[in-house]
Amino acid sequence: MSDSARRSRWFWLALALLAAAALLLPFLVKNYRVFQFNLVLVYAVAILGLNILTGYNGQISLGHGAFYAIGAYTAAILMERAGLPYWATWPLAGVVCFIFGFLMGFPALRLGGHYLAVATLALALAVPQLLKHKAIEAYTGGVQGIVLTKPEPPFTFRFLGQPFNADRWLYFVTLTVAVVMFALAWNLLRGRVGRALIAIRDHPIAAAAMGINLPVFKSTAFGVSAAFTGVAGALGASVIAFVSPDSFTVTLSIFLLVGMVVGGLATIPGALFGALFIQFVPNIADELSKSAPAAIYGVLLIALMYLMPTGVMGFVRTLWLRHGPGAARRPSAGVATTGVPAPPALTKET
Amino acid sequence: MNAMEALLHQIFSGLANGCIYGSIALALVMIYQATHHLNFAQGEMATFSTFIAWALIQRGMPYWGAFALTFAISFAGGLLVQRLVLRPFERAPVLTNVNVFIGLLLIFNALSGWIFDHTVKAFPSPFPQESAMKTAFFSAHELGSFLVMLGVLLTLYGFFRFTPIGLAMRAAAQNPDSARLVGIRVSWMLAMGWGLAAGIGAVAGMMVAPVVFLDPNMMAGILLYGFAAALLGGVDNPWGAVAGGLIVGVLENLLGAYVIGTELKLTVALVLIVGTLTLMPSGLFGKHVVTRV
Repeated sequence: MSDSARRSRWFWLALALLAAAALLLPFLVKNYRVFQFNLVLVYAVAILGLNILTGYNGQISLGHGAFYAIGAYTAAILMERAGLPYWATWPLAGVVCFIFGFLMGFPALRLGGHYLAVATLALALAVPQLLKHKAIEAYTGGVQGIVLTKPEPPFTFRFLGQPFNADRWLYFVTLTVAVVMFALAWNLLRGRVGRALIAIRDHPIAAAAMGINLPVFKSTAFGVSAAFTGVAGALGASVIAFVSPDSFTVTLSIFLLVGMVVGGLATIPGALFGALFIQFVPNIADELSKSAPAAIYGVLLIALMYLMPTGVMGFVRTLWLRHGPGAARRPSAGVATTGVPAPPALTKET
Repeated sequence: MNAMEALLHQIFSGLANGCIYGSIALALVMIYQATHHLNFAQGEMATFSTFIAWALIQRGMPYWGAFALTFAISFAGGLLVQRLVLRPFERAPVLTNVNVFIGLLLIFNALSGWIFDHTVKAFPSPFPQESAMKTAFFSAHELGSFLVMLGVLLTLYGFFRFTPIGLAMRAAAQNPDSARLVGIRVSWMLAMGWGLAAGIGAVAGMMVAPVVFLDPNMMAGILLYGFAAALLGGVDNPWGAVAGGLIVGVLENLLGAYVIGTELKLTVALVLIVGTLTLMPSGLFGKHVVTRV
């Protein structure tokens, strides 16, 4: 059997196992855990959005919580004030966030590296204030926020002793949307567009010389990235059934960044690891002290930069190349990392 | 009080705030000049220093003693942070550095909350409310912090202008390679820059804490204004940073009092930052930098 056939058989087997596990998961755990896994899926989509911009395109954003907030509020307002069904709000939230992201992409064209980080950090700090503002209080509910109702499942049954209730229904809904978003991202990034984004990140001058339209690609990447995060925000609004300005502080933006770095820059599946991390680690760390999650995140961010700058996915990939099937026959087996795509934005000064 | 006096009062208290923003901006510029990095942890480091000062004063130390000791501790702390945490990343790409700074921000914020807990604390002002320093336009603390900041500035100017270490630090920042060739330990000069920045941040923290009260998140908004000030003044120009701080402080107060109210203060900073960077990337007094793409 050829090497690639063997690898693809392993791949499909792993995927089938993963799918089965994902479908069974909500019936194996208690209701509250289901709610937490819903949030994991939501964060995964949000981190994926951030990764498109920062991991693949090298535009540093410390303010993606702002787009998450805009997505969540768009969904909440459309549901509560316009009476739209919850599923109809996601694409609209995506469109609204695409527009905001695209507009933010214009000043971002002129800001490199640190400056963009400062500007987006300012955005993240300003958004809760803007959401509280009197002029839009009639729509946003001001400081109070908007209380939503969780969508009810269209039918109910019991499976493995667990009822199919609102949270479990939302799990499957969120899972479907997350799978669609991941597939979209995969399709977008594996071809010409993905290569163009990476080229812009690693060597803008060479990219421009190859005929890549930098302004168009960079601002569109900003828009698409914001749209992903906005859809995540809209999903999150349904999952939590509540939006308020103080749920979207700068902390959210920083957590998304931590999730992206933990999962691995410029990897698609990494977003899931990052999301698991930012959902469950604070839960465990909270028992130590109120400040423990932030401390752990901080230490981990720095430690990862030292030890594992490619995150969980980079680590997995290295292990796979060294010990996975076919590793011995690969010519580069001795130097296991030669086959690995260069770690994103960490090898070259942009 | 008539309208004119009210306006003057707004301007003067804006100048007092502007001093704080200016000194945070100065700390940012200090690190930027040497490393071309913007230190996102500057605000949290300053908050942590202020907590140290608070603890010292609580133990019964006289204010100015605590002030000097805090400055010294912060200087040593900043030096250590650069030596231990940042030195391996001196040549790393921007994203790595931003991540490390955010990591530091989280750590210092968590430490402040962990050691000194999250309750809001009152911080004493060394300038008594009813003293000869109080005038029609300034409160005693405003004038006092203005003078302290002026003192810091002049000391710094003297340090960089007239001492051998100051000269070596300027050389290391301007041309690291040549500086190394004439025997300056460039990496240590960067560490000195970090120490000084941490010290200046500590002074700014101690001056602002009596006004905004002390809690672990005290500096988030102030850091943003510090960024706005540094960028407006030109991020590679220390005098520009101070001027930028004063402009931003006055602007904040006037807009807050007459135009948009106080609820959108951070949005003002956002608009200032994005506006400056897009329309006038080198700021008012900065060097023009040309890039190819």
